[in-house]
Amino acid sequence: MNPPRPKPKLDQENTAFWTGGGQGQLNITRCGDCGEFTHPPRILCRHCQSENVAPHAVPGTGTIDSFTVNHQPWAKGLEVPYVIARVKLDGAPGVFLTTNIVRSPVETVDFEDKVRVTFEEQDGIFYPLFEKVA
Amino acid sequence: MAGKEAYITGVGQSEVGVRLPRHPLLLTVDAVREALDNAGLRLDQIDGVFTYPGKMNGYTAFSPVGSEDLIEVLGIKSKWHMGAMEQPAQLSAIGMAAMAVKQGVCRHVICFRTVYEAGGMADPAQYMSGAKQDTVTGSSQWTSPFWATSAACWTAQYAARHMHRYGMTREQLAQIAINGSKNAMANPRARAITKEELTLDKYMSARMITTPLCLYDCDRFSDASTVVIVSAGDALDEVTATPIRIAAMSGSVDRYSWDQVEEFAAYETGADLWTRTDYTAADVDTVQFYDGFAFLPITWLEGLGFCPKGEGGRFIEGGKRIARDGELPLNTFGGQLGAGRLHGFGFAHEAVTQLRGAAGERQIGGDPKLAVATSGGGPMAAALLLARD
Repeated sequence: MNPPRPKPKLDQENTAFWTGGGQGQLNITRCGDCGEFTHPPRILCRHCQSENVAPHAVPGTGTIDSFTVNHQPWAKGLEVPYVIARVKLDGAPGVFLTTNIVRSPVETVDFEDKVRVTFEEQDGIFYPLFEKVA
Repeated sequence: MAGKEAYITGVGQSEVGVRLPRHPLLLTVDAVREALDNAGLRLDQIDGVFTYPGKMNGYTAFSPVGSEDLIEVLGIKSKWHMGAMEQPAQLSAIGMAAMAVKQGVCRHVICFRTVYEAGGMADPAQYMSGAKQDTVTGSSQWTSPFWATSAACWTAQYAARHMHRYGMTREQLAQIAINGSKNAMANPRARAITKEELTLDKYMSARMITTPLCLYDCDRFSDASTVVIVSAGDALDEVTATPIRIAAMSGSVDRYSWDQVEEFAAYETGADLWTRTDYTAADVDTVQFYDGFAFLPITWLEGLGFCPKGEGGRFIEGGKRIARDGELPLNTFGGQLGAGRLHGFGFAHEAVTQLRGAAGERQIGGDPKLAVATSGGGPMAAALLLARD
């Protein structure tokens, strides 16, 4: 049994990201003026500094840009190995998420694999994890 | 133009070890005394104290000594002092001191980095001053929830991608750690950290931490303080040691987020460094590259143009080229992998020591005159080009 995941402290900037999974949505902050994405989320657009930013539901699919198979238990009881990946998101140019690739044996994960989001709920936080698209 | 230049005039270091009984403030004072002796300066000539990252609570003995502590206990009449994390990596404290002496604000500045993580972990009640948090905030909220808890997990993904794109092998990467262990064996202060030379067989069969980084690709907690004294060019007549000129420096950050950067800051910092000097990479006699993880020197070799991008693995293959008697001696004191996780300052310390011909058993030949020392990796980095004129 894994220990509980570290829990982000919710605030004005990050709540839509960490709770969007409750509606099945992966929310990334998008600018209403220039259309660009800002991640990690901030209260203004990092491309044009507009304050007209809002959470935007992206498709929830992406590609594995890179990954590592982690063997070190960084917390007591943490089950290893597991995959940490940098996923390039579809529909949000320039945005990458650090995440876990789940429901596949670690040795089957590879660069450029297509993945889609799956949420793991814990204490009101919906952690966006990814699984390989069959 | 010496008056307008900044020089490193003294270097010092405390005992280095794992779970040292000596208090981190005392280790720092030990290193200060050695650096003053080394420069031929007295404490009353010091008028600035710069450190990275300053005293930090909440991280067990990651940085237990601040500039204020030295000013207080040593009675330094400081004109300017600073300890701050929001700088481009550890050696930026030396860069800021160089700016201070060039501006005429200070004449002789103590720069230091004290780490006590091994000792602190052994006595967390004493050294964990911040309250334990039950939530993650700031940048760690984007990695820790996925158990990407260590910088090893972040760096590993860029190392893996480098292997995937350019064909770097673990046998090639191993040379950084093997070279570090070999050099540490010739460094009296590193012998508390490295007791025997690492072999390729031992490396290849080591426990994996997070692919492709194994146990020997990661530095480990150590205790020590390292001091570098930066002096103004017009104050060199007060110094008895050979001054080493800071011929150029550079630092950079693109994004603060590890997982949003396309490549590590060593590339931008490395390219920028050469725009600030008439020297080129071909003039460099030795390199001291931050190696908190074995992959980072690869990014520095490529970023500074010692080899084309993607060729770092092939450049170090077999280890001869980067050995002490090779064409580009790298981390001649052992680096952090061999000489302990002293967090950045050891690289400047060693560059100065080599340029002065004072490295004893590990001294490189060829009368070295130019060295590069770097710190950082990931989204931010800093580099110093050091010259003996």
